[in-house]
Amino acid sequence: MKADAMARSRVIPPLIGFGSLALSVLAFEVLIRLNVISKFIVPPPSEIAMSFERIIVEEHVLQRFVATGSEVLTAAAMLTVVGVSIGVLLFQVDILRRATETWVAAMAAAPIVLMYPLFLVIFGRSPWTIIMIGFVAALPPVILKTIEGLAGTRRVLINVGRSFSMSESQLFWKIMLPSALPTIFVGLRLGLIFALINIVGVEFLINFGGLGQLINELAERYDLAGTYAAICFVILVSIIVFALTERIERWLTPAN
Amino acid sequence: MAHAGQLTAARTPRPALADPVTMVRIAIIVGVLAFWEVLSRSGWLYRDVVPSLVAISKAVGELLIDKDYYWNLGWTGFEVAVALGIGGVGGLLAGLILGSNKLLGKSFEPYLYYLGPTPKIIFFPVMIMWFGIGPGSKIALGTISCFFPIALSTAAGMRQIKPVLISVGRTYRANAWQMMTKIYIPAMRHPIINGIRLGLGVAIIGTLLAETKLSNKGIGFLIINAYSTFDMPRMYALLIVLFVLSIGVNALVGRFGGLDKIKRS
Repeated sequence: MKADAMARSRVIPPLIGFGSLALSVLAFEVLIRLNVISKFIVPPPSEIAMSFERIIVEEHVLQRFVATGSEVLTAAAMLTVVGVSIGVLLFQVDILRRATETWVAAMAAAPIVLMYPLFLVIFGRSPWTIIMIGFVAALPPVILKTIEGLAGTRRVLINVGRSFSMSESQLFWKIMLPSALPTIFVGLRLGLIFALINIVGVEFLINFGGLGQLINELAERYDLAGTYAAICFVILVSIIVFALTERIERWLTPAN
Repeated sequence: MAHAGQLTAARTPRPALADPVTMVRIAIIVGVLAFWEVLSRSGWLYRDVVPSLVAISKAVGELLIDKDYYWNLGWTGFEVAVALGIGGVGGLLAGLILGSNKLLGKSFEPYLYYLGPTPKIIFFPVMIMWFGIGPGSKIALGTISCFFPIALSTAAGMRQIKPVLISVGRTYRANAWQMMTKIYIPAMRHPIINGIRLGLGVAIIGTLLAETKLSNKGIGFLIINAYSTFDMPRMYALLIVLFVLSIGVNALVGRFGGLDKIKRS
């Protein structure tokens, strides 16, 4: 019973989580100082923390963040326009949907990001390679969630529209699309996160662009503490994006 | 006459071959292939960016009889399998612990939840430092990729078990091990299989991406090698075979785990 009460408390679980994190960081620091772990493989956490300043001032991490961010936003804009449009098209033309929905689902399972050498040949070593990979890799969830949202419009809402003798296009714009928006947003959020993951990954792989390239560069310079700090920075950024979009999604979802 | 034919065709059930969905599918495939071939012969794009279908099919054929390809496929398969083994068992254990203990779950699950959707490939330089430039670092990257989805869906699955099943186990005074093997795991096989399916997908991506970055064997290496020698038909062939394999394996895991029957039950 006591453990149950502790689990329900608002303070104790975060404290345990954060405490263990801090303890393991401390343990690493001690083990590295004692030479149990070589500091040429894992730099001491204190050194990593120190190099944060360096990567912000010397490596222009903020400009790189803007570069990556604008790539992600371009991909997201393309996803919203193209992905949602394809979803609407497939929903409206039933035969097309029945023919291709399983294909779209299969593409969601395919390792699309592995096509990056192909995109390199087509678009060159330019931001467009990176943007297009993010866009294509994130397309399937956006399409699938758009179809799911439109198909899930409650019968009664459509009947209300029909009783007002709405035209098909009014029915779509005034009833089906608004009611599908929360689900479509789930798809867009998934798409945005997929795009972010793939964009940073491809930046790292082709050594071009923003944050991903920074990690590659620091690693090639054998700047270990800097590499670890840059990785921490990227993780921080993706966690913030994830948490932020989660907030928006919760705010959009109607309370039941 | 054509008009009348359309009307009757709409009313009477058609034979399987003329199923409209199949017809549309065939039409789309034929259309895309025709467009591709026109594009490749038109010369609008740089030569070889869109190789002709003949060249691609020839490359697929050559690939499938190439001994070297199977040797590399074996390495990649081995790396993915080991990664899925380590990451899967680790994820399963972590999920079981976090799912069964409320306090630990609330303390540590947020970390997994927020670390899950971060790009894993950026850990590759660190993995090279820890495990060397051989298959070890690729396995490590596949392992951290697949750990998160498996742990998260196991923990979520554990909390969705109907309380009545747990009560039945308790009534029979099952001990912890029996509860685990007789109640928990059978009751949550669907979320577990789903987690494994997701994990397999990201393990394949993680391993292959790492191979394209730095390696001397594996499918990822073959892809990046085809890129650097500008052998476009071979690159298309490798990608096509890889996509077919990974979609196939994914579908197989889903079917084997009975995921296709979930909606009916």
